Amino acid sequence: MDTTDSTPIPEAPLRRKRGSKLKKSITDFFFSLYEINLFILRFFKEAFSPPFELKEIVRQCYEVGVRSFTLISLTGFIVGLIFTKQSRPSLLQFGATSWLPSLVSIAIMRALAPLVTALIAAGKVGSSIGAELGSMRVTEQIDAMEVSGTNPFKFLVVTRVLATTLTIPILATYTGFIALFGGYLNVAVNEGTSWRTYIEQVFDPLTFTDFSASLIKSIVFGFTIGIVGCYQGYNSNKGTEGVGKAANGAVVTAMFLVFIEEITIVQITSWFR
Amino acid sequence: MEKAKADIDYKNAVIRIHGLEKAFDDYEVLRGIDLELFQGENLVVLGRSGTGKSVLIKIISGLLKPDKGTIEVLGEDISTLTDHQLQALRIRIGFSFQNSALYDSMTVRKNLEFPLVRNRKNITRKEIDTSVASVLEAVGLSQTINQMPSELSGGQRKRIGIARTLILNPEIMLYDEPTAGLDPITCIEINDLINEVQQRYHTSSIIITHDLTCAKSTGDRIAMLLDGQFQREGTFKEVFDTTDNRVKPFFDYNFIQ
Repeated sequence: MDTTDSTPIPEAPLRRKRGSKLKKSITDFFFSLYEINLFILRFFKEAFSPPFELKEIVRQCYEVGVRSFTLISLTGFIVGLIFTKQSRPSLLQFGATSWLPSLVSIAIMRALAPLVTALIAAGKVGSSIGAELGSMRVTEQIDAMEVSGTNPFKFLVVTRVLATTLTIPILATYTGFIALFGGYLNVAVNEGTSWRTYIEQVFDPLTFTDFSASLIKSIVFGFTIGIVGCYQGYNSNKGTEGVGKAANGAVVTAMFLVFIEEITIVQITSWFR
Repeated sequence: MEKAKADIDYKNAVIRIHGLEKAFDDYEVLRGIDLELFQGENLVVLGRSGTGKSVLIKIISGLLKPDKGTIEVLGEDISTLTDHQLQALRIRIGFSFQNSALYDSMTVRKNLEFPLVRNRKNITRKEIDTSVASVLEAVGLSQTINQMPSELSGGQRKRIGIARTLILNPEIMLYDEPTAGLDPITCIEINDLINEVQQRYHTSSIIITHDLTCAKSTGDRIAMLLDGQFQREGTFKEVFDTTDNRVKPFFDYNFIQ
């Protein structure tokens, strides 16, 4: 058989195929955007209508806190210590190491604490929510809940999203203090600064706007991690493959959105300073 | 083994379906289904995989919405119900899932307690314990009360799944492939349990299966679902005493003693 005399690939249909694939991708993107919006609207509708699953919300808050506590403690401490250590040489050049506590506090309280907490929570809590709900979806546990007279959206989604929204700001505040403690160790060893002086210098440059912006940021991050994890898990399909995709999608999407939100909130906050 | 005659009230239909249609994208799964389930009756819906048997009972329980047709369950047209009303109706319907759908993170006790605690607000601890012990005894698995679902065998999971639906004393039971994936001995045990449930709890049931042994030993009436419609309906003998080439291979493939 003469292989050189093969039939040429028809260009037009291929282009049409590529075009239709692109069209499908765009349609899918807008359709999922529409679905996410419906999911968020449903969350608000269900969250403010009784019965309120208080017991389950408290249980989920505990789960979110416990799941991330060790990792957040360790990371917060290391971030504070390393950030102070790395900033020291630059300030030393200008003989301004006494500004180190102020620099550390602004960096940690304004940006690092909420961001680091959100990224860790996206990895630990977001993936866990995605996988848990995804697995419940593919094994029909969510359907079982629905047919036994329980509203699964309220019981599984609303409680988890509220838990992350409430718990992540607390964790972020905790991370901030642990990071400041890490920074203190470095300052104390090098400068011999007392704890009291360090704390005074730390809080001196911080304003109400810093604290409120940081709090708002953490609440937004917490809501994002919860809603993305729940959306991915609650709508997962295709068996065990779907569970993996839900967990992975929960982490990747939440992290991406957290960065976008960080930039947006920093920009908005800067208008108020 | 053929099923013993049950006490069926043929004047009282607990489920009435008329002109039911359902499609997924371009694929028409159900194409004009008419069905009645009578009080106290076990109706077996037989059919090949992918013929829409499970879709049918998911529509009856409100998990899926039909494209066309009316579905009346216990005197209520489910398409006109609000979410709240549908939730109230669902408590009167038990749904046994193909893979049992037990809550993995809860013990057997918690699995059984869950529907009770959620739906009976003023129930006491003592009443919960009595109900749990009663349904566990009914399915013969009292010893598993503190075990996790992962520690149970396939047959045990099926039984606990049935027990979880029985705890709310449903009037209708929907079984989705109750014997799928089980060994022949366990299949017989599950078939016996389905009949026991019918007698003890006076339920009317739809049993979805492609297992002819299950159909023969649990069904008061058999309905054969082919190409999205019921092609044959009657007793086991009436359905399979046929030369219909669409039904015959189904019977020939299964070995019936």
